[in-house]
Amino acid sequence: MPLLLKLFFAFIQVGLFSVGGGYAAIPLIEEQIVDIHRLLTPEEFTDLIAVAEMTPGPISINSATFVGMRIAGIGGVLLCTLGCIIPSFCICLILARFYYKYRSLGGVQTVLASLRPAVVALIGSAGLSILMLGLFGSDIFSFEISDFRIIEFIIFAAALFLLRKFKISAVAVILGSGVIGTLAYTALGAV
Amino acid sequence: MKKDYKKLWTLFKTMFVLSACTFGGGFVIVSLMKKKYVEQLKWIDEEEMLDITAITQSSPGPLPVNASVIIGYRIAGISGSLIAVLGSILPPMIIISVISLFYDQFRSNKYIAIALQVMRAGVAAVIIDVVINLAKNVCKTKRVLYIAMMCAALICAYFLNVSAMIIIFVCLGIGIADLLIAKKKEAR
Repeated sequence: MPLLLKLFFAFIQVGLFSVGGGYAAIPLIEEQIVDIHRLLTPEEFTDLIAVAEMTPGPISINSATFVGMRIAGIGGVLLCTLGCIIPSFCICLILARFYYKYRSLGGVQTVLASLRPAVVALIGSAGLSILMLGLFGSDIFSFEISDFRIIEFIIFAAALFLLRKFKISAVAVILGSGVIGTLAYTALGAV
Repeated sequence: MKKDYKKLWTLFKTMFVLSACTFGGGFVIVSLMKKKYVEQLKWIDEEEMLDITAITQSSPGPLPVNASVIIGYRIAGISGSLIAVLGSILPPMIIISVISLFYDQFRSNKYIAIALQVMRAGVAAVIIDVVINLAKNVCKTKRVLYIAMMCAALICAYFLNVSAMIIIFVCLGIGIADLLIAKKKEAR
C-alpha cells in the first residue's frame, strides 16, 4: 500500500477509536504511528506530544499535522487530518440529526436534563485542573505554598474579575494574560 | 441567501478564532463556545450547549471537531458543519505545520515557554467564569437530584479520576431511571 494511503487509514483509526478525547488519544496515536507503521521514532513522538501540548488545538489533529508534514509535506498534512476527522464528522452528524429530531420529546428532555449537571461538573473539573496547573505547576489538588505562583494568581483573579464584572471577551483574556504575564516575569528578571 | 453567507462567514470566523486560542483540551473550547454562541451571538441556548457537550464527549474523535460538527449543523445544516469544522481545524494545522519546520527554536524559546505557562491562569479564569454561570443554573432547577449529581460528578471527575465517558453514561442511566419512575407515578 502506498505510504500516503497507509497514513490516511492510520489516522482514520485514530479518529474512530479515540473516545474520550485529549489524552485518551495519545496511546492510540503512538500505536498507529510508532509501533505499527514506524512513521516516527519514539523520541520524535515525545517531541510531538510536547509540541501538541504547547499549541492550541486537539492533540489528534496536532499529531496528524505533525506526522503528515514530516512525512509528506502539505499533502500529507491534508490527508492525515482528513482521515482523523472523517469518523467524527459522520458519527456526530448522525447524532446531531437524532438530537434535533427528538430532543423536544418529553421523555428525551428528562433524560437529557440529568446529563447537564454531569457536564457542568466535567467542565468544572477541567477548570480546576488547569487552575491548579497554573497556580501550583501540577494539576493535582494541592496547596504547597513553596510552589505557589503569585503572578499567575494575580492574573487569574484579575481575569476572573474582568470576565464577571465587565464581560470582556475570553480570547482577550487568554491572549492578554499571556502578554502581561510574560512582561511581568521579564520585568522581575525571572526569564 | 446573502444573509446565509454572512452567517456561514461568522460561523467560520468565530470557530477559527476560538480554535486558535484553545490551549489545553476539549473542555476549554466548550467553555469558549458557550460564551460565544450562547452568551454573545445567542445562536443556541444554554441547555442545548450542555447537551451538545454530552454528545461530543460520548462520541469518538477530537472534542472540538465533534462540537463544531453539531453546532455547524444546528446553524446551517451540513454546509454549516463543513464550514465549522474547517474553521476549527485550520488554526492547529497551520500552527503545527509552521512549528514542525522551526521545531528546535520553538522548544528552546524561553519567552514562549513563559507565555504558555502564564496563559493557563487566563484559561482557568475563563472556564471558572463559565462554570459559575452553569452551576448557578443547575441550582436554579431546585432539584436536589441534579445538584447532588453535579457535586458527585465533580468529585468523581477531579479527585477520583473517573473518565468523562463513564460519568456521562452513569448519569444517562440515572436519567432513564428518573424518567421511568416519573412515568410509573403518572400511571398511578
